[in-house]
Amino acid sequence: MLKHFLVSAAILSVSVSAVSAETIRWARAGDSITMDPHAQNEGPTHTLSHQIYDSLLQRDMAGSIIPSLATEWSALPDNPSVWRFKLRQGVTFHDGATFDSEDVVFSLGRARADGSEMKELLSSVKDVRAVDAHTVDIETNGANPLLVNNLTNMFIMDKGWSEANNVMTPHDVAKGETNYATMNTNGTGAFMLVSRAVDEKTVLKANPNYWGKDIYPNEVSEIIYTPIQSSATRVAALLSGEVDIIQDVPVQDLGRVESSAGLKLATAAQNRVIFLGVDTVNGPTSDLRVRQAMNIAINRDSIKKVVMRGQSDPTGVIMPPFVNGWTDKLNEYPKYDVKIAKDLMAAAGYSDGFDIVLNCPNDRYVNDEAICQAVVGMMAQLGINVTLDAKPKAQHFPIAKGGESDFYMLGWGVPTFDSHYIFNFLVHTQTEDRGSWNPTGFSNADVDAMIVSLESETDLAKRDETIAKIWAEVQKAQMYLPIHNQVLNWGMRDNIEFDVQPEDQPHFQFLKFN
Amino acid sequence: MHWFLQSDFFYSFRNAPVAVASFFVFAVIILAAVFANFIAPNNPFDPASLNLMNGFTPPLQSNEFTGDVFLLGADDQGRDLFSTILYGLRISLFVGIMAVMLAMVMGVVLGLIAGYLGGWLDTFIMRFADIQMTFPSILVAMLIYGVAKGVLPPDLRYEMSIAVLIISIGLSEWVPFARTVRGLTLVEKEKEYITAAKMIGLRKSQIMSRHILPNVLGPVLVIATITFALAIIAEATLSFLGVGVPTTKPSLGTLIRIGQDFLFSGEWWILLFPALTLLALALSINLFGDWLRDTLNPKLK
Repeated sequence: MLKHFLVSAAILSVSVSAVSAETIRWARAGDSITMDPHAQNEGPTHTLSHQIYDSLLQRDMAGSIIPSLATEWSALPDNPSVWRFKLRQGVTFHDGATFDSEDVVFSLGRARADGSEMKELLSSVKDVRAVDAHTVDIETNGANPLLVNNLTNMFIMDKGWSEANNVMTPHDVAKGETNYATMNTNGTGAFMLVSRAVDEKTVLKANPNYWGKDIYPNEVSEIIYTPIQSSATRVAALLSGEVDIIQDVPVQDLGRVESSAGLKLATAAQNRVIFLGVDTVNGPTSDLRVRQAMNIAINRDSIKKVVMRGQSDPTGVIMPPFVNGWTDKLNEYPKYDVKIAKDLMAAAGYSDGFDIVLNCPNDRYVNDEAICQAVVGMMAQLGINVTLDAKPKAQHFPIAKGGESDFYMLGWGVPTFDSHYIFNFLVHTQTEDRGSWNPTGFSNADVDAMIVSLESETDLAKRDETIAKIWAEVQKAQMYLPIHNQVLNWGMRDNIEFDVQPEDQPHFQFLKFN
Repeated sequence: MHWFLQSDFFYSFRNAPVAVASFFVFAVIILAAVFANFIAPNNPFDPASLNLMNGFTPPLQSNEFTGDVFLLGADDQGRDLFSTILYGLRISLFVGIMAVMLAMVMGVVLGLIAGYLGGWLDTFIMRFADIQMTFPSILVAMLIYGVAKGVLPPDLRYEMSIAVLIISIGLSEWVPFARTVRGLTLVEKEKEYITAAKMIGLRKSQIMSRHILPNVLGPVLVIATITFALAIIAEATLSFLGVGVPTTKPSLGTLIRIGQDFLFSGEWWILLFPALTLLALALSINLFGDWLRDTLNPKLK
């Protein structure tokens, strides 16, 4: 009898603690583009993947690097080009398979395969070797002191599962391909995918065998993720209690959310810069003076004041202040001056302006379409007749990336917190392995060589010097017209204890209720 | 003119205050749209004339930076709302009129053919109409719009979007015309004057166009007025859903969509004035159409 009582008490206490765990209903403007963790290097896609998949190491809610699937890492003392990672033991994938070094070797290989968008992050990697079941060596071309920074979004998949489901390589999103991993997952992360309807609803439930059970609070038992594109609908969902947390509080509704009973607002500067890319090879924008004129004609202060309601930091460089290489000098933006801009246009032979299409996302960045619309008006001051083409990001990104566009909006977050990441994706000549997001046609062999040299430069002072040199070239060429750095605003129920993550990536195992 | 003023039609119009009032409102809106470039203080479709700093200026208050004052306030991009509504009305009315024309021509022709020729053609046309009736017309319009956007080249986006709107709304509204015309044609074709026309050897197309058509047009006009209001609302709905005209050249629906984002933050004028204009327009057409139906229907006299 007593035994029975104890058993039922134990069951009761288990079920009580299960009840205290809660469902979190989470909304943001846009959905993840694919569940394949190597197919898209994009914020919201990584954010959802982070709930399901783990990387070797990750950034916590404050942005510092902490262990994840790797528990220790260091460069070999006798050979600085080799990084050794000690892997966490006893970790299983959601389907029960054991995690070991084979999976790491496979995943890093997959991330470097054709179709992967994560290639640039591993461009310095020469080889990945399993030393034993729980040790992995990554060898780079020359010593790369910042390699670990590149691994925070580098998710680890199960080799066996990938073989069984024929997803050995990522699918190419820009080409419209899909594979089994687009809609199905098997990670080691805190949550498992229950159901997914693209752009509608994704349901995740807590992973009962999660390795981090005793490390993180893990108070969330279920996540219901709904993308809500319309800003008014999104904030209404929060106000009415239909969702518990929204990542993109519309700037016009910050006061409303803050003053509502039961809700709170969490604000932080975001590691993300918003800018416009311009074709430097074809058309009128191939003339540097035209690009300079366009840059001067963007009134960043009025965009901040009116469109962003103060929730942005105007900038003159496509680099957030978090990033190594950032200086006050680079951040200075040109004074808005239509007269000088018009003179430049006239000097370039375009005093009557020209026609151009501006491609813009409408569900990705804070007020993205409204910013583009404001730019249309500012360009019209120079006689440039801009046709605005605003689309959901899933259609916008292939256009922006593929070089089909002469003028497009893009935002860039820097997960490595280092300039090299920006250079490797946005500045290097577009090649097989690098420069995938540089459709501007900007290509400079010296700059390319300097970018590659950063990967094996161990003298940090010298490295910073090279970074400064590359930035000087970028600023001179002006293939990008910087606008501002975003300010993050998360709105949530006030019983939620959750820090705003500078990369705009909530990791729900950290969330606490009070 | 004298004949018109002495007619029964004008007499009953003069004695129906609702009809007079709605016609007056409708006429004012039409004139305001037609002469928008004379009435509007500035041209909101010319992006060079805009000053972003005017954004969110409340009605009849001066902007703290530029000192500009706007009758109905300014929207999020610093456009004068009054001017934007006038120019937006042009788009809404143009799309509405063209869509009704398209629906009317299609519906009348198909209705005449179905009614007069009968047989399998009649069955085919009317069953197709029945099937389309089971879908909400806005859904049909969105479907056509989506397909057209995918098929058409991405250049000429603005011109295209207007044309595609007209076609998608037009194609979704032809059914009521066809049903009415078919029903009336079935009645008319049994009458003696049609038999007479057949006797003298007129071709079928001549009988349909010269003899039946004029006798079925009255109800068609009534349907046209009501469909016109529906088409304007359909355009507003499509634009509200973000599939209509681009935000740089907004119609009433686009303006309402923009305004909706600023309801919680208290910038009510961006939504309210375009919405009121749309309401006044649709209501006046509907009321006038109702009166027209009652007047032209001899059974109700």
